[in-house]
Amino acid sequence: MEQLISLFIKAVFVENMALAFFLGMCTFLALSKKVETAIGLGIAVVVVLTITVPLNNLLYKNLLADGALEWAGLPGVDLSFLGLLSYIGVIAAAVQILEMLLDKYMPSLYNALGVFLPLITVNCAILGASLFMVERDYNFSESVVYGAGAGVGWALAIAALAGIREKLKYSDVPAGLRGLGITFITVGLMSLGFMSFSGVQL
Amino acid sequence: MGLRKVLDKIEPEVHSGGKYEKWYALYEAVDTIFYRPSSVTRNGSHVRDAVDMKRIMILVWMCTFPAVFFGMYNIGLQANTAMDAMGITAGESWRHAVIGGLTSYNADSVWDNMIYGAMHFLPVYLVTFIVGGFWEVLFASVRKHEVNEGFFVTSILFSLSLPATIPLWQVALGITFGVVLAKEVFGGTGKNFLNPALAGRAFLFFAYPASMSGDAVWTAVDGYSGATALSQLAVDGVPGLTIAWSQAFFGFIQGSMGETSTLAILIGGGALLIMRIAAWRIVAGVMLGMILTSGLFNLIGSDTNPMFATPWYWHLVLGGFAFGMMYMATDPVSASMTNNGKWFYGILIGLMVVLIRVVNPAYPEGMMLAILFANLFSPFIDHFVVQANIKRRMARNG
Repeated sequence: MEQLISLFIKAVFVENMALAFFLGMCTFLALSKKVETAIGLGIAVVVVLTITVPLNNLLYKNLLADGALEWAGLPGVDLSFLGLLSYIGVIAAAVQILEMLLDKYMPSLYNALGVFLPLITVNCAILGASLFMVERDYNFSESVVYGAGAGVGWALAIAALAGIREKLKYSDVPAGLRGLGITFITVGLMSLGFMSFSGVQL
Repeated sequence: MGLRKVLDKIEPEVHSGGKYEKWYALYEAVDTIFYRPSSVTRNGSHVRDAVDMKRIMILVWMCTFPAVFFGMYNIGLQANTAMDAMGITAGESWRHAVIGGLTSYNADSVWDNMIYGAMHFLPVYLVTFIVGGFWEVLFASVRKHEVNEGFFVTSILFSLSLPATIPLWQVALGITFGVVLAKEVFGGTGKNFLNPALAGRAFLFFAYPASMSGDAVWTAVDGYSGATALSQLAVDGVPGLTIAWSQAFFGFIQGSMGETSTLAILIGGGALLIMRIAAWRIVAGVMLGMILTSGLFNLIGSDTNPMFATPWYWHLVLGGFAFGMMYMATDPVSASMTNNGKWFYGILIGLMVVLIRVVNPAYPEGMMLAILFANLFSPFIDHFVVQANIKRRMARNG
């Protein structure tokens, strides 16, 4: 249990998806103009990550990994080269199913998330979390915790960025830097602030 | 008044169309340092106060003086004591040529210690001021805004937060990063979201860790190495400390140039609180957060990490805690702006600083990083305070 808690903390702060690995940058930069939207997107990312990382974990352990097909009588088969393709497929499918379920049962949340939900399919933070899961050889429960942690970390980062960008509306940024340019600088400075966690041993 | 005449004579030349039009920002800066500007707001109703932003910044600058002078004395005291112990009678650098010319290396003499300290602090401050001032004036001239006294505060806080042995070219780099990337690209004073002095220091800390951390940088003597109190704590806990609490409180310990004396900082910071320039809610929040978090760690306890058992009164006097709490955290630009937000912001800093000191073995000191981290979340905190306020008033007034 203690190990799972420390994995969660690590995924949220130390290995923050957005500010330590710079993953999921496109949505991170594009949809951080307002705090409300950022929080909505953040929640969507948490949900999708918590579902897809364990799903991909099951897929990898039972079908793709070297020797995983032993149960089917094929002990020498290694399908891990299909990993990237399968994970993105799983993510796209999961997002689609989630979208339909939300539309049917929780229309208010579905409307709040709007276009962000399908957009998440192509968010590199989501695929990145699955690839990290494979690389670090997490088991099923670890992958649930890791998925949730990575999502919460990303959500926290985009919410903070949105707060800062709302404040920066009153700034006087040089014309050439307005928009994305200053946002890149802001994100760089933010990751300087998040360096406080690098080196934490949990 | 000779100076007034000179300024008045130059004035027509610096307005647009004049010969020195490009230098208006510099003229304006000099003019308003010495004289009260005659420009006033013309429209709408305003609260008029003799204490404008320039005066506030100058007051903050003056309130760092207890820390500055004690810091200089302490640099000399630490260095001269170390030199006695090591049997060194004189150093070799240009600094020592001046020190040797003016005075000797007697650790018992206040004068000798002051000179030694001044020869280490003043060059750093001078470089900070010249390089940072260059960027300020450059941006102000090109972008047509005014040079702001905020830089007085940034420059003194930046210099005070550095170790005495820092190479001067690194000082120049650090203040350049702080002023340009953490402030001027956002439009200058009041428009940034990180404390520029801290951003510059953090940049140096991560870019040149060898001259910003470790055991060899804190006392300005070549070849001297002594663990700081915080690294002693991390190894052996409170029983392993070689200093007494009062020694740390008064500041006779090694550390960054202005951060050692909690007493001097409390004097300067207390003045800021009384003049209501520094927000007391932030200071109270930082203290509260620090006491609660360290109390929590005391309760949890740990067999392997002696930092867990460090009581709050040691956290208060060691490292940059007091300095950060009084001068850095209360920066009105990068802190939360709402009254309730200030509490959360302060508590977040207090929590983070203890957290970093205790559970992050990579950094024995956490104040700088804790404040930077809280700076990131201060607009976010404000957002929720404002939303809660709107919700409450909607409920009250329908």
